[in-house]
Amino acid sequence: MIPAPFEYHAPKSLEEALRLLDRHGDEAKLLAGGHSLLPMMKLRLAAPRFVIDLGRLKGLDYIREEQGMIAIGAMTTHAEIENSSLLRAKCPLLSETAAAIGDVQVRNRGTLGGSLAHADPAADYPASILALEAQMTMNSSMGVRAVDAAEFFLDMLTTQLRPGEILTEIRVPALGKGTGAAYCKLSQPASGYAVVGVAARVTLAAGKLAQIAVGVTGVGPKAYRAVNVEDALRGKKASEKLLAEAARHAARGVEALADLHASAGYRSEMAAVFTRRALERAVARAAGTKA
Amino acid sequence: MSVEIQVRVNGQPHQSHVEPRTLLVHYLREVLGLTGTHVGCETSLCGACTVLLDGRAVKSCTVLAVQADGASVTTIEGVSGLNGSNGGLHPVQEGFWEKHGLQCGFCTPGMICASVELLGKNPNPSEAEIRHALHGNLCRCTGYQKIIESVRYAAAKMKTRKR
Repeated sequence: MIPAPFEYHAPKSLEEALRLLDRHGDEAKLLAGGHSLLPMMKLRLAAPRFVIDLGRLKGLDYIREEQGMIAIGAMTTHAEIENSSLLRAKCPLLSETAAAIGDVQVRNRGTLGGSLAHADPAADYPASILALEAQMTMNSSMGVRAVDAAEFFLDMLTTQLRPGEILTEIRVPALGKGTGAAYCKLSQPASGYAVVGVAARVTLAAGKLAQIAVGVTGVGPKAYRAVNVEDALRGKKASEKLLAEAARHAARGVEALADLHASAGYRSEMAAVFTRRALERAVARAAGTKA
Repeated sequence: MSVEIQVRVNGQPHQSHVEPRTLLVHYLREVLGLTGTHVGCETSLCGACTVLLDGRAVKSCTVLAVQADGASVTTIEGVSGLNGSNGGLHPVQEGFWEKHGLQCGFCTPGMICASVELLGKNPNPSEAEIRHALHGNLCRCTGYQKIIESVRYAAAKMKTRKR
């Protein structure tokens, strides 16, 4: 099982990569860690004529704090995100999410940018990226633009990225005191992909849920913010009963996917269960009662 | 169209011309003749093809040989040459021998490479940490308990050798 033949390019700079992308258009595919693209090429679901390997670029692999935000280069691997002491201290939700992806070998190769640009509906990061209200930076030969996570995912395997654009940086907020977050996931046992994955971020002020964001992956054709859950909670005092009731809305208005792993009804039900769990854990962490 | 790559495998430099679509596992097995790395599921699930790429465990069925250009690769054939082996079996290999960590042996090269990475990062892993580190390696003889014992044996052995 090997890919169809292709022409290989390994640009050394972002400018060179963008030039190659402009020249080869939609006959080219960008290769980051290769853990989405290569399996698709081996199955001949993808057969690009040109592969542009971003693995030789310098400067897209970093995690650093900038003005209260944490900037992450798109070529940063899941393993680096899982083990980053900066992220573990300031934005542990992203490390927790990375640790839930695949296995050690996959995390050693797969990248944040590659996963987000691929936009698999069962990928883990999109839930957390939405709950964190991350910013995505995209470069092209025309310049740089940034979009909010909520605008980034358009449909199954489809994002805001235009032909000629490369996702270069993801910015997430440093979570302050009083804020807690958690990612809870029902894994497909063989592949490890999320049948349902829910990321919740809550900020408590005077015992009330002042800010709340819930991202859901795996359920629909694209990851989404569970706004009905958020609306049912905002400004209220967190209780076990309230969280469970609000979580019931997790898949409301969403056309749930059905496949051999889970029916649409089961997915919707599990969306509620895992939303409740993620909320409970996030609230406990925000209150400092549990790790 | 072939591409020239330079890869250090088990300490030996190699210069080869490969088709860009050549997978690292096929390069190792068919070009270099290192058949200790096994082709299992070919879908990056089973971990039989695990090798160390610049010290990190990777599934060599999901890495292109051209992506390994300039890198160092360690396969099962080179594990006994790593630090801590003193010329004989690597402590992880010894653990699999002593604790019966294999039955048919098909998954073993990948299990050992993944365990070597784990013990390099975490010399004293708990059982849960070993299971987390070997999550990407399947054993169809269901020998997981013995594999965990093998890795614990290796961890203890590496500690005494260091002293």
